[in-house]
Amino acid sequence: MGNALRLENVTMQFGGVVSVNNLSLEVPEHKIIALIGPNGAGKTTAFNCITGVYQPTNGLIEFMGKPMVRNHPTGKSLKTYKGEHADKFAKEQILAPTPDEITGLGIARTFQNIRLWKSMTVFENVLIAKHQHAKQNVFSATFRRNLAEEKRMRDETMELLVEQDLETYKDELAVSLPYGLQRRLEIARALATHPSLLLLDEPAAGMNPLETSMLADFVRQIREKYDLTVFLIEHHMDLVMNVSDYIYVIDFGSEIARGVPEEVQNNHRVIEAYLGVGDEE
Amino acid sequence: MKQSRKSFPVFIGIAILLLLVILLENLSAFIPNLPQVFQPTSPLFTVLKKAAVYSLVAVSMNLLNGFTGLFSLGQAGFMLLGAYTYAILMVPAVQKEQVYYLFGGCAFDFSLLDMFEGIFGSGGAGGAIAMILACLIALILAGCVAGFFSYLIGIPVLRLKSDYLAIATLGFAEILRAIFQWQKLGKVTNGANMIKGFPTFSNFNITNGSGETVLRLSTFVPFLISALCILVIVLLINSSYGRAFKSIRDDEIAAEAMGVSLFKHKMMSFVISSFFAGVGGALFAMYVANAQAKAFTSVMTYEILLIVVIGGIGSVSGSVIATFLYVACSEWWLRFLDSEQYLGSFQVPLLRNGFRMVVFSIVIMVIVLFFSQGIMGNREINIGGLLKKISKRSERRS
Repeated sequence: MGNALRLENVTMQFGGVVSVNNLSLEVPEHKIIALIGPNGAGKTTAFNCITGVYQPTNGLIEFMGKPMVRNHPTGKSLKTYKGEHADKFAKEQILAPTPDEITGLGIARTFQNIRLWKSMTVFENVLIAKHQHAKQNVFSATFRRNLAEEKRMRDETMELLVEQDLETYKDELAVSLPYGLQRRLEIARALATHPSLLLLDEPAAGMNPLETSMLADFVRQIREKYDLTVFLIEHHMDLVMNVSDYIYVIDFGSEIARGVPEEVQNNHRVIEAYLGVGDEE
Repeated sequence: MKQSRKSFPVFIGIAILLLLVILLENLSAFIPNLPQVFQPTSPLFTVLKKAAVYSLVAVSMNLLNGFTGLFSLGQAGFMLLGAYTYAILMVPAVQKEQVYYLFGGCAFDFSLLDMFEGIFGSGGAGGAIAMILACLIALILAGCVAGFFSYLIGIPVLRLKSDYLAIATLGFAEILRAIFQWQKLGKVTNGANMIKGFPTFSNFNITNGSGETVLRLSTFVPFLISALCILVIVLLINSSYGRAFKSIRDDEIAAEAMGVSLFKHKMMSFVISSFFAGVGGALFAMYVANAQAKAFTSVMTYEILLIVVIGGIGSVSGSVIATFLYVACSEWWLRFLDSEQYLGSFQVPLLRNGFRMVVFSIVIMVIVLFFSQGIMGNREINIGGLLKKISKRSERRS
């Protein structure tokens, strides 16, 4: 099986700060891969590069074997560029899709700090995610020529809510849900875009140990059910060790370790990065 | 369908309202000795006409500001485009010489009205059909011109966010106004002078052979057109696209991540809003019976913004209610504040020309400070729900 996602020498530089430095990784299809690292290591920045929120300064991102994002430093950014491989992609065409185009390709994400649409109900939150794949145009939608499609969208949304055990809350405002359910709603909303790759940005943030262990089962469950590849960022070591097939560890933007959970757990550089190390040693 | 059942009472409500307007307008024909208020010359009808026009513009602004979260202040500019398009297309060729006398005639002699009168004849039923068709097409074209310009201006401007967008669109509206007043364009826009001589609302009154008015429709027509346009906007808001607009308003980043194309949807909302602002501008020209760039200042935009805020940002029915209240207050109920008044022989202090605006400002401050949600917040009037409530209450009583 091929790779769902592949990053090659991705560097993201903001002014003089290199947030992600020469990151290369592979996310094989149908696996659960984790990206971990201490606070400020550049995990979310890496996610934002993949989802098109930022355009990486340099590097290539492939999705399902096809180049999706590609950039190389030019002009002023070349002069200030601190990363490596500045000329590796210099001859290639720049690819910079917008986040919605990337979502259209089949990558869906959740956010570290939950971003649900506040004024809308649970049902509507999921329903909007169906908008992109609808075949209607603005006239057919306004003059209700799309009733069959609208009904299908509503039915699919309802189905998804039932599957995620959220149907009892369907008419409540999304923000009135308890925290754990908001997380689950965000995942349900991401699933509604028919992704083949799901990016989870700290899905267990703010959850108690019980919820966290349930989340691990939940992630495995949705992977089977929707035939997904999952790529997640996490702080909770329990969850990461429990759920992932393979782990990448980054610190200060650069990769410091990779391997199956046991390897990573015993890697001294990882332990140093997480626990810190005295200057005298 | 569940949805059509829900919207059924709304249609009935609108139909009843329109019938009431016709009835109200023609009351004086059936009942002699009516109080002054119901006479055709009463300020009531001026207010109703103006409010009908303004409510369309307010709702179109609400679509942009309240539902898509784009803070745009270009409404007056798009109204101006609509007004001029309508005026230039509708002035009959015969009158153009007279209207454009300062510039030695108009640059193009085409008139939609003449064209349709050529087909259907200019008198009797044929003339009526010609005028209605010409008006409809001119209104739609007015909207299209406004929409087209909004598309052009939208390409650079919609990359801006919040206040910057407001400044850019406000500037655009002012530039447009200046261009339309430019003497060098006098052959088209009549410079700073007004264009008149096109059909207005009162041309829709049905007269008999001797020129007496049989059926007044001059208030009904703006109501009908505004109601139709607002209905289309409401349908849009409740469609999948409307939900996408709201998702952009609530959280742009999340909307983008869930596959809602920001640029496409912002542009769509901007163009549609401008289209209806253009139609509203054309209606406004019909209401004041002339088109003059001087009228479409930023003050007009602020007036409409005020209406939207008073009605509740994100509520169509709120905007409509607020429009009627606002226009009634500014044109009618608070007029007395502008002239000296006597209670017996006692002259009420402070009342003089301009005092109305003082009172108005205070009312607005009170609203902004204490009722920042406006009249309706972001809720809507639910006719079906109201009916249900009433029927439940009557059941309980019996």
